Amino acid sequence: MLRRAFLVTLITLFVTLPLSAAERFITVASTTSTENSGLFDYLLPKFTEKTGIEARVVAVGTGQAIELARKGDADVLFVHHKPSEEKFVADGQGVKRFDVMYNDFVIVGPKSDPAGVKGMKDAAGAMKKIADSDSPFASRGDDSGTHKMELGLWKNAGVDVKAASGGWYRETGSGMGATLNTAGGMDAYALTDRATWLNFANKGDLEIVVEGDPKLFNQYGIILVNPEKHPHVKVKDGQAFIDWILSPEGQQVINGYEIKGHQAFFANASGS
Amino acid sequence: MNMNDFSAAFGTALHLIIHLDTDLVAIVLLSLQVSLSAVLLAACIGLPIGAAVAVFRFPGRGVIIVLLNALMGLPPVVVGLMVYLMLSRAGPLGELGLLFTPMAMVIAQSLLVTPIIAALTRQTVADLHDEYAEQLRSMGVGPLRAIGTLLWDGRFSLLTGILAGFGRASAEVGAVIIVGGNINHVTRVMTTTIALETSKGNLALALGLGLILMLLALAVNGAAQVLRDSAQRAYG
Amino acid sequence: MTQAAALLPEWRLVMPASQPILPLALRNVDYEIRGARLLENISLALETGPRTVVMGPNGAGKSLLLRICHGLLQPSRGSLQWANPIMEQVRHAQAMVFQRTVMLRRSTAANIAYALAAYRVPRSQRNAIIAEVLEQAGLAHLAYRSARVLSGGEQQRLALARAWAVKPQVLFLDEPTANLDPAATHAMEEMIGRIHGTGTKIVMTTHDLGQARRLADEVFFLHRGRLLEQAPARSFFAGPQCAEAAAFLEGKLLW
Repeated sequence: MLRRAFLVTLITLFVTLPLSAAERFITVASTTSTENSGLFDYLLPKFTEKTGIEARVVAVGTGQAIELARKGDADVLFVHHKPSEEKFVADGQGVKRFDVMYNDFVIVGPKSDPAGVKGMKDAAGAMKKIADSDSPFASRGDDSGTHKMELGLWKNAGVDVKAASGGWYRETGSGMGATLNTAGGMDAYALTDRATWLNFANKGDLEIVVEGDPKLFNQYGIILVNPEKHPHVKVKDGQAFIDWILSPEGQQVINGYEIKGHQAFFANASGS
Repeated sequence: MNMNDFSAAFGTALHLIIHLDTDLVAIVLLSLQVSLSAVLLAACIGLPIGAAVAVFRFPGRGVIIVLLNALMGLPPVVVGLMVYLMLSRAGPLGELGLLFTPMAMVIAQSLLVTPIIAALTRQTVADLHDEYAEQLRSMGVGPLRAIGTLLWDGRFSLLTGILAGFGRASAEVGAVIIVGGNINHVTRVMTTTIALETSKGNLALALGLGLILMLLALAVNGAAQVLRDSAQRAYG
Repeated sequence: MTQAAALLPEWRLVMPASQPILPLALRNVDYEIRGARLLENISLALETGPRTVVMGPNGAGKSLLLRICHGLLQPSRGSLQWANPIMEQVRHAQAMVFQRTVMLRRSTAANIAYALAAYRVPRSQRNAIIAEVLEQAGLAHLAYRSARVLSGGEQQRLALARAWAVKPQVLFLDEPTANLDPAATHAMEEMIGRIHGTGTKIVMTTHDLGQARRLADEVFFLHRGRLLEQAPARSFFAGPQCAEAAAFLEGKLLW
């Protein structure tokens, strides 16, 4: 009898597995930085409340997010690496790209600051000093927006990180948070977006050492995946999400999100 | 990570359990649902396969045994990737729209667990078959009926294999995070939550969740043990 | 087979001997495994009626011979012929009890129910048969006990009851009391006698001379894979024809 009850329970569990098909939702491919910053937890319920549409966020690196969208596994792409985004649209994968908001990147490092870069305003210069002093640097190494930004800075600084890979240059191949955990663990410098940093709980001995360089500007864009390439894309609901994010109401919500008293993102959609 | 983090983790775990955080309850239930469903599915496939390989002699049988044993160690990420490519809109099963749903996680975990259940079943059933084979043939029992008999009579030992499968399913993160997407309130389970909280640097919370996962595993194994002991006393 | 039996295939399995399968004739049977000849040129006939006891020292091939008769092993050479040509009927008209009993991991009653199901005895008749054979085996009070926790003697009686439950025309017993104490052996022998009394042909092996004297109506004497003597029990025990059998009866070591 006990056995039968057990079996029935199991089968019931199986049968009642929530299948998404019945509900009204869109899938948003986005980045770990937006997810880890807590922005979505703050923003999405307001959108759902307004429209009745659930926005399901798959948070991965920008590179992987674009790859997801390219395969048609998302309706909306919400990432932060403009050149990649423009290429995505140019390839016909996306309908149109809109600026949504920005925040900025910062370089964090151990309080002991072995490279002596604390207080510098020139990000590329600071990174050159880190390289020259062979101070450990933890890189995302995952083709994410942050990683692409970092590689651009190295290029500006004239540093060949490929040669240093495995030496002072350490590629974690993981998300922002994991990379910060790693950086903290080995007293390394790292490039991170400010929002993730503000929300990051395991700062340990790390602190911001470089900030304020215009080159560290971090622009987020949003794109509807092209229904001509991927017929099942939920155009109407996806567009509704984009429209709402870009609307004065959505922009105001973004500006209103604070982490520990700091505004985390700055809305800059062209309409607002 | 220091000793403070450990005590903080215990505190967090205790707090979460005592206050029955609704998000946590939903995550725990989804985790159980996904993993138990996956194990059920895997048992439906793995038990007959393991038993068939144990009982039938056919060309290529040795290869299958080696394959089953090797597949036991398949990395979850690889399984996740394979399932992702199958279920992706660009993949062969894209039309089903299963990607980023609990069902996708069930499929991925089943694939992970099936080889474990099949391989352990093969071992158990083969041992039992050595003992039973002559008696069953004497009674004119055909191979199909024999498989049923061996599975039933080996049920207490087979439970161990199934539990091992459940352990692997509920503990893995690599596959479900790829095919589930770790979507809040939809496909977020214990392990992906732990991964997320770790990446946010909330190590105490992550470890607290890990403790709860361990408690769950203990509870499931304990329940199975009780079931097994009582049944074994009754049926030998 | 009559028309009625064809329409009711279950019936013939429950009702014994509508189509007798005996006699069984073995002609020039050899059994080899990896070049070793374990049985050599065996010819014999098993007739309805007498309790046949296969005797001989260890390794003579007694168990092998039983397994070949029962159909568990195929002879390497020679032929084996039942009176009934329909193999399906032949299969279901015989049963075997092994020296090492195999108890299914179920209750005593379920062990018998399993055999009845395997022999396709209709479900409606099973409970009555189970109750009857358990009573006969003196195991009725243990019906719902796990078969695996019974004592050695009880297990062996259950194995015998399980074989008897399917009402075989021929019952093969391979050293059925080899590991039992005298009391348990006595209970088994009594049961075997009762089964024989219902018309079932008994074919058993034993290396226990006393048991052979008590049970045998006819004796097959095997030595090193050859059937050296085949005689009614009385004359065999009174004066065996071959020297090996004589030595065996005197308790000399044979190999």
